[in-house]
Amino acid sequence: MYEGVVQDLIDELGRLPGVGPKSAQRIAFHLLSSDPADITRLAEVLGKVAEGVQFCETCGNVAEQEQCRICRDERREPNVICVVEESKDVLAVERTREFKGRYHVLGGALDPLSGVGPDQLRMRELLARISSDEVTEVIIATDPNTEGEATATYLVRVLRDFPGLTVTRLASGLPMGGDLEFADELTLGRALSGRRAL
Amino acid sequence: MAGLYRDTGVVLRVHKLGEADRIITLLTKKHGKVRAVAKGVRRTTSRFGARLEPFGHVDVQLYPGRTLDVITQVQTVDTVAAGLISDYQRYTTASAITETADRLVSEEGEPVLRLYLLVLGALRALAGGERDTSLVLDAFLLRAMAFAGWAPALTECARCGEPGKHPAFSVQAGGMMCGRCRTAGAVHPSPETLALLVALLHGDWDVAEASGPGARRDANGIVAAHLQWHMERQLRSLPLVERRGRDSDGQTRPGTVPATE
Ligand SMILES: [Zn+2]
Ligand SMILES: [Zn+2]
Repeated sequence: MYEGVVQDLIDELGRLPGVGPKSAQRIAFHLLSSDPADITRLAEVLGKVAEGVQFCETCGNVAEQEQCRICRDERREPNVICVVEESKDVLAVERTREFKGRYHVLGGALDPLSGVGPDQLRMRELLARISSDEVTEVIIATDPNTEGEATATYLVRVLRDFPGLTVTRLASGLPMGGDLEFADELTLGRALSGRRAL
Repeated sequence: MAGLYRDTGVVLRVHKLGEADRIITLLTKKHGKVRAVAKGVRRTTSRFGARLEPFGHVDVQLYPGRTLDVITQVQTVDTVAAGLISDYQRYTTASAITETADRLVSEEGEPVLRLYLLVLGALRALAGGERDTSLVLDAFLLRAMAFAGWAPALTECARCGEPGKHPAFSVQAGGMMCGRCRTAGAVHPSPETLALLVALLHGDWDVAEASGPGARRDANGIVAAHLQWHMERQLRSLPLVERRGRDSDGQTRPGTVPATE
């Protein structure tokens, strides 16, 4: 145990995801030896976060204004919506530079064990958008794990009722750089059912 | 390596650990509940792949660690999980089953073969899709409660032990109550509901599947109320279970608990 504020800093850092006690100590001492201006800047950013980050009224992405940069961009196709779990997934899809439509951030995945059902996510907002806007396609890009798959299953069921709406699921299959023989049954099964003609 | 052991189990739930690892809670055949670390499982290149996702039925090899055991090898026994995540109703029902099992076993490493078989049987029945999910859940919950030693008394009075079909049910009393022992606040299930509860507890599927929607709804409420009464904390997944009878118009309704008088 260190004295006073140093230990407080280590404790706070240790509560962050992926930071164990050793890492917390390392980061704390890094900060102690940093330029005070750097620390002030970090503290200012944290202060702004504490004041409240804004979320886009339309899509739920983190935003600096009422609407996020993507929703404000006239060049983005308004008729295609890519549904993701978190804002970080928006960034991941954006990095591909393949997608020209807009997003909808659910705020997580359906996870009964954590008490998350449809009402805890931005499902109703998605349905309202599809009902009112000129949306013709929804791309479901939830995580390729149990909760993400179950969320996709649920979305497919509720979106079925919209006439003329195309619903697609991000193809998921074998990771690049891996060997086929090491693929598990679930992943290989998905890759098979999602195969495409060449 | 010394201390290495193998077992077959079902993944009850997973927790993130650090950057790329997960803590996997398994219900195993021989070692009961086991919490173990799967290193690097969240990386796309992990050799574990999706085998250690919730509901996975797997053969695992583990070595005992200082605090948690570590999973070294995994093989899938069957793909029951695929049939559970392809349907939202099955997914929520399976979640309630695994959460209940996790909560019923407090001691790790103690064999709970009977509960393991109940969980596996229920998940298989759900994945198969032939039985009503609501009946599968209630049958599991009743039998899991019997395993825990607090099945509701159904064919005798919970107070005085008098055998017979009694009129009242009270979770506080622990089941059905005869006319003499009946207390205020008891509910009065129909004879059909009582017959359904008995059938579910004993796995009598012919009787269970012949039951009507009213009896199913009431049985469902009684089972949920009885379970919650005995659990220290509320189950998170139970209110999120999608209950939808085969005979309904496809509309969903949330799980209901009958109001006491
Ligand atoms: Zn937006
Ligand atoms: Zn009595």
